[in-house]
Amino acid sequence: MTPIDTGSLVPPPTLPAPFDAWFAARGWSLRRHQAELLEAARAGRSVLLVAPTGAGKTLAGFLPSLVAIAEDPRPRLHTLYISPLKALAVDIHRNLEAPIAEMGLGVRAETRTGDTPASKRRRQRSDPPHLLLTTPESLALLLSYPDAGALFGELACVVVDEAHALAGTKRGDLLALGLARLAALAPNARRVGLSATVADPPMLARWLSAGLSRPADIVLGAAGAKPQVTIVNPAARVPWSGHGAVHALPEVYMALKNAQAAIVFVNTRAQAEICFRELWKLNDDNLAIALHHGSLAAEQRRRVEAAMAAGKLRAVVATSSLDLGIDWGNVDLVVQVGAPKGASRLLQRLGRANHRLDDASRALLVPGNRFEMLECVAAIAAVAADELDRLPERPGAFDVLAQHLLGMACAGPFDADAAYAQTVATLPYAALSRADFDAVLDYVATGGYALAGYERYRRLVRDATGHWCVADPLFVRQYRMNIGTIVEEPMLHVAFKRGKRLGSIEEYFALGLEIGDTFAFAGQILRFEGLRDGTLEVSKAASAEQPKVPVYAGGRMPFTSELAARVRALLQDPSAWSGFPADVREWLHLQRKRSQMPDRTGLLVETFPRDGRWFLVAYCFAGRNAHQSLGMLLTRRMARAGLRPIGFVASDYAIAVWSGKHVERPSELFAEDMLGDDLEEWLAESAMLKRSFRNVAVIAGLIERRHPGQEKSGRQVTFSSDLIYDVLRKHQPGHVLLKAARADADAGMIDLARLAQMLKAARGRISHRSLARVSPLAVPILLEVGRESVQGSAPDEWLADAAAAQALIDEAGFEDDDPQQTLF
Amino acid sequence: MHARLTLEETPLFADPSGGLYWPARRTLVVADLHLEKGSAFAARRTLLPPYDSAASLAKLQGLVRKFAPARVVCLGDSFHDVRAEARMAPNDAALLKRLVVGLDWVWVVGNHDPAIPPAFGGRIVSEIVEDKLALRHAPAAAGGLAPGEIVGHFHPKAAVATQAGRIAAPCFALDGRRMVLPAFGAYAGGLDVLDPAIARLFGRARFRVLMLGGERLHLFGRERLLPFAAHSDTAKKPAR
Repeated sequence: MTPIDTGSLVPPPTLPAPFDAWFAARGWSLRRHQAELLEAARAGRSVLLVAPTGAGKTLAGFLPSLVAIAEDPRPRLHTLYISPLKALAVDIHRNLEAPIAEMGLGVRAETRTGDTPASKRRRQRSDPPHLLLTTPESLALLLSYPDAGALFGELACVVVDEAHALAGTKRGDLLALGLARLAALAPNARRVGLSATVADPPMLARWLSAGLSRPADIVLGAAGAKPQVTIVNPAARVPWSGHGAVHALPEVYMALKNAQAAIVFVNTRAQAEICFRELWKLNDDNLAIALHHGSLAAEQRRRVEAAMAAGKLRAVVATSSLDLGIDWGNVDLVVQVGAPKGASRLLQRLGRANHRLDDASRALLVPGNRFEMLECVAAIAAVAADELDRLPERPGAFDVLAQHLLGMACAGPFDADAAYAQTVATLPYAALSRADFDAVLDYVATGGYALAGYERYRRLVRDATGHWCVADPLFVRQYRMNIGTIVEEPMLHVAFKRGKRLGSIEEYFALGLEIGDTFAFAGQILRFEGLRDGTLEVSKAASAEQPKVPVYAGGRMPFTSELAARVRALLQDPSAWSGFPADVREWLHLQRKRSQMPDRTGLLVETFPRDGRWFLVAYCFAGRNAHQSLGMLLTRRMARAGLRPIGFVASDYAIAVWSGKHVERPSELFAEDMLGDDLEEWLAESAMLKRSFRNVAVIAGLIERRHPGQEKSGRQVTFSSDLIYDVLRKHQPGHVLLKAARADADAGMIDLARLAQMLKAARGRISHRSLARVSPLAVPILLEVGRESVQGSAPDEWLADAAAAQALIDEAGFEDDDPQQTLF
Repeated sequence: MHARLTLEETPLFADPSGGLYWPARRTLVVADLHLEKGSAFAARRTLLPPYDSAASLAKLQGLVRKFAPARVVCLGDSFHDVRAEARMAPNDAALLKRLVVGLDWVWVVGNHDPAIPPAFGGRIVSEIVEDKLALRHAPAAAGGLAPGEIVGHFHPKAAVATQAGRIAAPCFALDGRRMVLPAFGAYAGGLDVLDPAIARLFGRARFRVLMLGGERLHLFGRERLLPFAAHSDTAKKPAR
C-alpha cells in the first residue's frame, strides 16, 4: 500500500459550524485523513490511522467524538481513549480542553490513571464523563467492577493511541482481552487506532479490530518531509568498542549550541547518566541541559517535561522514556548516541523533532564504535527506503490471560465457553486451544496443580448455573493490587538522608555497593550512606574520579534482523565505504586482506591463537540475546568434544569463544541439533528461565507484586519465586506457568527463533579462516572480553573458583594453633 | 560431597543438602523443615505449588539413605505451624511416618511448632546435650551461642562475588566452636548471615560460612561476604 498524497484540502461540508469556525480562526483546514476518520465515524466503522508524527493524528482521532457528543450531549461515557503512557493521557487531556472550551462544546473530558484520587475514580464510575482518557491497566481495573456493564453500556468509540507500541507486547495482550470484553458490554462501540508508520498496517488493523464484525479500514496519512539525517564526523578516531561515543561529544555539543532545542537519545539509562555528565563537562556556555529516564523520580521527570514544554531547556538527554509522548513544538534537532538498533525506533525518535508535518526533521547519529558506524549507515538507508521493522508476532501470553480471567470473575460470574469464545476472538489468542485455555482457567481457579490439595483454598468456584465466580472477596483486592504486565526488577528508592527522593535503582546494583562508594545517578555524583527502610540513603559526593554507574536489566534493545541484513550487505560492498571516516575504511580494507568479509547469508568463522589460548570468532549478526544462547550451547559442545572451552563473549554482531584447544572443524560445532537436548539441559538450570518465571508468576498473580520501599513495614510478604520454580520444575514440569516462562524466554532472552534461523542459514555455508593472529574485524568483540560478565554453568563451579581463592588466603594467614578450625 | 569438620573436638560431616551428620553418635541433624509452609500460604490465599513437603521429605529420605543414621534429630520448626498436620497430603504424611519408624526420631520443638503432632511418632524434646555438643532450635542464652551449641532457627544465607556475578545461597555458619544450620525446608528461605541477628552469635575472627552450591560446599570467610544476601529472598526474620 502506498500512502496517498494529502496535504490536499477537502471541502469541509462535513464539519458542523462551531468546528468550522474554530478551524478557520486558526487558519487550519481539515486534512484528508481527518475527513476520512469523520466519514468512518458517521458510517460506524472502525479505522486504523497510520501517519507520521506531526500529522494531527490525535485531533483526527478525537474530532469525530467531539462532533458526535456536541450533537447529542446526553451524559454518558461516549469515548474511551487508551494511551500507553499516563503522561500522554494527561497531556492529550490538556490539549483537548482548549478546543472544547473555545468552541463551547459542553463536552466533559477527564483522565483516569493510577494517580487519580479514589474519590474522583468512584465518581467517574457513577457519573462518567463523555470522554475518558486512560491506560490499558486502568481499563482492566474498570472492567473488573460489577458495574462495568452500566458504565460502558453506551460506549460508542474506543481510541487506542500509539497502537504500534502496544501490539505484540504483553500489554497489548492485556488490552486486546480488555477490548474483547468491551465488545461484549458495548457491541456498538467502534474502534479507532492511531499508529506511527509501521511495516505492516493490515496486521495492526487486524489486531485492533479482531472480533468485530467488520475489520478496521486503514487510512494512511500523508508522508511527512523526509528527515535530514547525518552521521557525526568527529575529529577523534572512531573507537574500536564501547557505546557511549564520548569521543564525539564535542561535535554533539556544537550541534546543541546551534539548535533551538534538542533531544539527545541514548540506548540505556546508564549511558544517559554518562552522556549527561560528559556533556556538562563540555558545557562552557552553561546551556540548560537536562536528564530524563525511567528510573528518575516521577516528580523529577515531570519537572523536566514541563521545562521542555515551556521552552526553558536547550537539550534533554533521554532514553526510550521520551520515545513516545508529548509534542514539543520547539525541538529542532534529535541526536541519537549509540547504535539505532532498528529502523522503526530510529524513525520514531526522528519524529520527536519538528512536529510540523511539512518541515524536515533534522537528526544527528553518533555511533559509539566502528560496527555502530556501519549500523548507523544501514539505518539511514532503511529509513530512506521506508523499510521498517516488523512488529513482533507472538502468541498471547498465558500469564496475561490468567490475570484477565481473574479480573472477569471479579466483575461477576462468567461462563467458560463464552470466555473462551471471547478470548480467541482477539488476534494474539486466536490460535489458543481449548485445552490450554482450560489449563489457564484451572490455574486461576485452584493453582492448576496435579495434586488436588487446595480445593478448600480455591480462588474461583462455580455457582449453581456452572458460572465461575470469585471464592473470596480477598481475591478481588489481590487482583486489583496486581493489575498490569510490567514487572520491574526489584528496585530500591534512592533518596537524600531525610530528603527528597531522586529515583530508584535496581536492587542488584545496590547489593554491590559498599558504604562510602560513589555512583552517578540523576545527573549527580552520590555517596552511599546506608540502607534504611528499603531506601538507599545518599549524600552529595564532593567529587569522584570513577563513580559507578547503575545498570538496569532489560535496558538493552534488540538489534533487528532487517538492520542486520543491511549491515552485512554494507560489508560486502566496498563502493559504499567511500563516505566512511578514514580509520573505518582502513579497518574494513585490512579485514579483506587479512581474512575475508562475512557474506550476506553464510557464516564466517575465524580461529586464531592468542595469549596461549585459542579463539573462535563467529560473525552471526543475530543479535546479542541469540549470541548469548549460542555461546552457552557452543561451550557445552566444546567441553564434550574435549576442546576445553574457557569462556565466551557476545555482541550484537559476533560471538567469541576461547578455549584450550584449537577448533579445527567449526562446521561440526554449529549443527542445528544443538537446539535439542543441549538446550533443554542448559535452560533447566539457567538464571534466565528463573527470571522469566518470576515475571510470569507476578503477572499471573501467583506471588504478589513488590513495590519499591515496601520493606518499610518490616515484614516482607513476597515469596522467593526461585524456590517455587525449583519445586515446581521437579514436581510438575508441565505446569502452565512453567510453559509461560519458557515461551517468554524463547521469544526474549534466548531468542530461539533467530538462533534457529541463523543455524539453518549457516548449514553447509560456513567459511572457516584459520588465522595466525586476530583479524581486524575480531578486535571489537575481543575488547568486550572482561567487560561483559560470563554466564552459565552451575553455581558450584563459580563458588568453587571463588572458594579456591579463599583457600589461598587461608594458607597464607588463617592457619594458626587453634585446633577447632574447620578441616578440609 | 560432604565436608568434614570438627566442633569442640567432635568430628562432624556437613552435607551439601544442609544436613549435619555426627558419626560418633550416628545422628543426622536437620533444621527448619517448615513442612506445609506452602499450604499455610494457600490458606492465606497465595496458592504456592503444594509440593514443598514432598520436596523436603524426599531430600531428607535421601540423607537417611546416605548416612544410615540410628537417630534423626529435627532441630525445630519442623512444621510451619501447629495446624500443619491437618493440611498435609496423605502421601507426604505416609512418607514421613515411614521415615520415623525404625529410627530413633527426635523432634526438638521450635517457635513455629511448640506442639508437635503426635501422629507421626518420634520423641519430643526441648534440647539434646551430649558429649561436648548441645543441639537446640535457638540459642539457650539471649546473648549468643555457647561453645558446642548447634542451632537452626535463623535460616542463614550468604552471598559472595564470583566471576559469574553475585551468588547467594543458604549456608552453615560456624566459627569452630558453635554453628548455625541452614534451613532444610524447600520453602524456608533465608536471612542474611551478616544480619546482626546471626552475626552477633559468633566471634568475629574465626567466623566462616559453608555455602550450599548444589553438589558441594564452599568455605568463605566473613571478609568475602557481600551484604543483603537474603534481601530479595522470602521470609521475614525468624521471630524470637
